[in-house]
Amino acid sequence: MLRMSTLSNLALAWSSGPARPSALLVAPAVVVGAAMVLPLAYLLIRSVGASSEAWELLFRLRTAQILGRSALLVVVVVGGTLALGVPLAWLTTRTDLPMRRLLAVLTALPLVIPTYVGAFLIISALGPRGLVQDMLEPLGVSRLPEIYGLPGAAGTLIFLSYPYVLLTVSAALRRMDPSLDESARLLGHGPASALFRLTLPQLRPAMSAGGLLVALYTVSDFGAVSLMRYESFTWAIYQQYQGTFDRSVAAVLSLGLVSLAAMVLLVESVTRGNRRYYRSSSGSERSLTMQRLGRMRWPCAIFCWIVVLLALGLPVAVLAYWLINGISNGEPLLLLWQATRNAVVVSFLAAIIAALFAIPVAALSVRHPGYFSTFVDKISHTGYALPGIVVALALVFFGSKVATPLYQTIWLLVFAYVVLFLPAALGAVRSSLVQISPRLEESARVLGRGQLRVMLSITGPLMRPGLVMGGALVFLVTMKELPATLILGPLGFKTLATAVWSASSEAFFAQAAAPALTLILSSSLPMAVLMLRERSR
Amino acid sequence: METPVIRSRALTKRFGETLAVDSVDLDVWPGEIVSILGTSGCGKTTLLRLIAGFETPTSGSVHILGTEMSGASRFAPPNDRGIGMVVQEYALFPHMTVERNIAFGLQDLDDPRRSERVAEVLELVRLAGYGRRYPYELSGGQQQRVALARTLAPNPAAALLDEPFSNLDSSMRQRLRAEVEGILRSHRMSAIFVTHDREEAFAMADRVGVMVDGRLLQVGAPDHIYHFPASPEIAGLTGACDFIPGIVRDDGGVDTPIGVLQCIASDGLAPGQSVSVLLHPDDLELALDAEGQGTVASREFRGDEVILNVLLDSGDSVRSRRRSYSRMPAGSGVRVVPVRPIPFAAYPL
Repeated sequence: MLRMSTLSNLALAWSSGPARPSALLVAPAVVVGAAMVLPLAYLLIRSVGASSEAWELLFRLRTAQILGRSALLVVVVVGGTLALGVPLAWLTTRTDLPMRRLLAVLTALPLVIPTYVGAFLIISALGPRGLVQDMLEPLGVSRLPEIYGLPGAAGTLIFLSYPYVLLTVSAALRRMDPSLDESARLLGHGPASALFRLTLPQLRPAMSAGGLLVALYTVSDFGAVSLMRYESFTWAIYQQYQGTFDRSVAAVLSLGLVSLAAMVLLVESVTRGNRRYYRSSSGSERSLTMQRLGRMRWPCAIFCWIVVLLALGLPVAVLAYWLINGISNGEPLLLLWQATRNAVVVSFLAAIIAALFAIPVAALSVRHPGYFSTFVDKISHTGYALPGIVVALALVFFGSKVATPLYQTIWLLVFAYVVLFLPAALGAVRSSLVQISPRLEESARVLGRGQLRVMLSITGPLMRPGLVMGGALVFLVTMKELPATLILGPLGFKTLATAVWSASSEAFFAQAAAPALTLILSSSLPMAVLMLRERSR
Repeated sequence: METPVIRSRALTKRFGETLAVDSVDLDVWPGEIVSILGTSGCGKTTLLRLIAGFETPTSGSVHILGTEMSGASRFAPPNDRGIGMVVQEYALFPHMTVERNIAFGLQDLDDPRRSERVAEVLELVRLAGYGRRYPYELSGGQQQRVALARTLAPNPAAALLDEPFSNLDSSMRQRLRAEVEGILRSHRMSAIFVTHDREEAFAMADRVGVMVDGRLLQVGAPDHIYHFPASPEIAGLTGACDFIPGIVRDDGGVDTPIGVLQCIASDGLAPGQSVSVLLHPDDLELALDAEGQGTVASREFRGDEVILNVLLDSGDSVRSRRRSYSRMPAGSGVRVVPVRPIPFAAYPL
């Protein structure tokens, strides 16, 4: 033990520059960290101070039922995404599936479709006044099975978020040590036995991580549940917020949602397990053994194509239909231009601010690891587990009571985006900073430059790729963000996301098509670039 | 009296439980190259970082040219100390050309004088014409020379070199070592040079300091350190060595399995005292003699020399370095002849 602690002390001393981080770094990092917990803290204060009536109302609102519905949705969606994602990951990375590479890309693509777009497309196709019914009407079918509620919400979320599981599990499968599989085969295990006794257990951490992403995504989803009219927390909170004047009910409900997110994190930390799986051999570049599927080859391919058809082909086809329909009916495109401009402006601001905010926090945690910097890093990640609607509500309260000059301006909205998406920027900035040797900064110091000058002339320029990448990620997710935009956007402020949502919640499907397509295109291009880069590595 | 360029007094750095640097007193005089020899983790890099100002000392002081830089009353940041440093991985700024790397420390000069100085040091390290290249376009040895040029350009009071040759292959290392030493000497530049390689430590330095567990155990001229290490531990770090037991006689000689040897010890020797005597492989000649004190147990042919392991009849074993064509097969009986022209080093048991 003693030895370990000396070693870690040495490692600590080695990796840190000057023993104590300078105020130049600590002060902005602390400010950023504090700003990131502000919404949550304010929400807590507000709910503690909520009137007893609000608490009573909360019980009358059948909060337990809402919690139950939300939890049910999480369980169904996580189960569904694991059932789809794990087999797809294995088939597209480790087998001789026909057109494996193409399928690997196509199966990951549904990630770029926001849930409110997905829900709008499903409703417009399968809903009461939808396309399918129109087509079937002459055949005497007057009613389709109900899609609103759990089936619609869960189906939308499963088909749009299974790529989270697919991508994490595929990455783990690619990293897996091929010699383990080979040893199992030499020890007399058949392919199936090796799969179940070796591969799957090793995938547990990845499955758990992917499941966590899906669960948090589901907990905070607003688009699918609101359009599918499934009364989970986010939808209930929004209705309360819109419908009543006592906003503390919404605040208290938000706390329920936060505790659900916390529960998800807790469950994940238990299922992840403590064991770590290391590669046993260092021969890293050896290619993985490919499992021959034999007679199952074509059935497996058909399975993959069905998923692609449902999750990607169908939405694209329906979207194309509405687009053509809209254009031929002369939908005004002016609205689209304005919404695009608004979305780009706020997303760009959020991207720049998040990238700048990420610098001190990342620098502190990379260059001066320790309890304090870990704490700052942790609190800066608050937005990762915080549903957008909660952050938005907290900031509404904060804006209307405290920061009144910011209320009803885009700045409060941009701040909400930064709280929500700073973790994405932090990850990118951190990983670029890790690659810059502290020796570079030290050499610059010895050559007579002060700390700030070194930051500007050495660290800054070298960090640029990470900053650009982090900013780009924030830009992308901000473009798609819905609940915070709905709640915090100034009156009459429309973005692509809110345009899609409001048009489709009123069943003006043709109106929603153009902004939806713009959104999908604007996120799939960068996604394709990212995936190609990953592949070429 | 001359002021030392670098002076540390009772310099100490503690990381949690570990004493990384333990009361180090060190003076580096103008134009002097001092090497610090120690195994990895002994604290030698921390010592350099304390001098450079990247670590604050737990206690003790650092003076540079007589000015206190780290101490009770003052802590000067690295950029105000006026010393240069070359690190193991060179730390060339990857986004700058060679010229801009070298010019980085010359912000006080105006443009023409800056380019002049850059050209001058590039010439010095034989890289004239390479100014427009980027670090990744250079070989390891060239990068090393750019790092040295960048360090020397602002004319620092002293240069600190942290394992500067460890990333190079051995032939390149020897050539560059001589070159770097030449450049430092021609500038009468004081330097502290940290290494785990004893050959490097001896070859470049005016004085060698041996560091173990954070303490600077012995500082002295290379041959003195090699011939008279202050302890068996230091002997082990500075060269291949064997120890044989001995007993001090009344006339001051020491009785050992290979005969009576003239010895000295740091605290003197008293008659009747048991000691351990240090033998280097070049201290001993061997002669074929079936009646000798030992037999050749094994041979280790190294190309330019051959090391013979001799098992003495007393049970001790010693090594002797012979020229490469020496023929003395394993199993031969040999007589061991001490040939050291100076006294042997002995340590009380």
